[in-house]
Amino acid sequence: MIPAAFEYHRPKAVADAISLLTQHGDDARAMAGGHSLIPMMKLRMAHIGHLVDLQDIADLKGVTIGASIRIGALTTQAELINNTALTTAAPILKEAALQIADPQIRNVGTVGGNVANGDPGNDMPGLMQCLDATYTLTGPRGSRDVRARDFYQSAYFTSRKDDELLVAITFAKPVGGYAYEKQKRKIGDYATAAAAVQIAASGGRVTAASIAMTNLSDTPVYSAAAGAALVGTACDAAAIKSAVTAMLLDINPASDNRGPVEFKRHLAGVILGRAIARAFSRA
Amino acid sequence: MKKMHIELTVNGQPMETLAEPRELLVHVLRERLGLTGTHIGCETSHCGVCTVDMNGKSVKSCTVFAAQANGATITTIEGIAGADGMHILQSSFREHHGLQCGYCTPGMITRAWRLLQENPSPTEEEVRFGMAGNLCRCTGYQNIVKAILHAASEMSAKEAAE
Repeated sequence: MIPAAFEYHRPKAVADAISLLTQHGDDARAMAGGHSLIPMMKLRMAHIGHLVDLQDIADLKGVTIGASIRIGALTTQAELINNTALTTAAPILKEAALQIADPQIRNVGTVGGNVANGDPGNDMPGLMQCLDATYTLTGPRGSRDVRARDFYQSAYFTSRKDDELLVAITFAKPVGGYAYEKQKRKIGDYATAAAAVQIAASGGRVTAASIAMTNLSDTPVYSAAAGAALVGTACDAAAIKSAVTAMLLDINPASDNRGPVEFKRHLAGVILGRAIARAFSRA
Repeated sequence: MKKMHIELTVNGQPMETLAEPRELLVHVLRERLGLTGTHIGCETSHCGVCTVDMNGKSVKSCTVFAAQANGATITTIEGIAGADGMHILQSSFREHHGLQCGYCTPGMITRAWRLLQENPSPTEEEVRFGMAGNLCRCTGYQNIVKAILHAASEMSAKEAAE
């Protein structure tokens, strides 16, 4: 499988990449690790006249950890997993990243590509909604910030304009317990259902909870109601049941080769229940 | 489409070739540089037979454009054996029947070679997780895992002796 011919560009600065994207319009595409885009090009489902390879842009790399955490878009899943300071500050990232694809793909696939692509099967978008992360988009008119919770419109459609690059992801250092629970058919697969949960607790009671679901709609689903159902409770069976009931009102799974709608709704409840229990046990 | 000048360091040797940007790294290695040890299997980044080492990391060379790899340092299965013969991993695969048809073996060995540098004394579970990007349809994996665990202990023993 060989893709159609394209012009290859490897700019060294964000501004150069943006002028290429501006110059070539929707005939151009930015590429990070390429592990979503290259397979689509090989299948000739994506037709790219000008491929803008971002690998040499140093400004897109690196992780900064302070009161808030900033992850450069080109950070690979493997770099994220191996960053011990980041794992200490936000352990849910490593727990989720280890469940993405396989070692070779994690060496190349990037966090920025994972969140920017808009594939509802990707794990990082739901996780970033759980963390209430902000994406920084840079384009010819400058930079703007969009919350992950507002970024996804439908499958592969996001708030990012064609001439903008997603340059970084920023979120407040998470507090309390965490869990990323994912059900998949085999290692390396996309989720049949996955849940990202952060829970803060005090004196055995939940003080704050954030819940987002992966691959159960045409976008990731942040369920404010599911989190609210846990606040003030001791995370007992009744509270978890209320959270699951609230979450099920927010998702809209489709029947596909991972199973019929009824199965996915059942599974979403099981996975969220496990994620809540694990996150609370760590809170 | 105009060809690009591609420079790579492959198995310690500087190499250059002309290739279209859309050519995949595995095609350049096999067809332009004549290194046919790296195999093409699924071509969809699932099976891992095309695994090579690029800049110190295992990658699937069916999902890297030649243009992306320009300037990279690559190790293929042809670069694993030493001047004194097979690498311990290779002899361990033979000894433990870590292959039947052998098609996946170049990818298995090249990936395991990097895995044992990242984690010289892995548990069985760590070997299985670290090899999850490589599929084998013959062995059922048991003997591949045994071969890698055996190679790890041999390599540690050899290092301790040196």
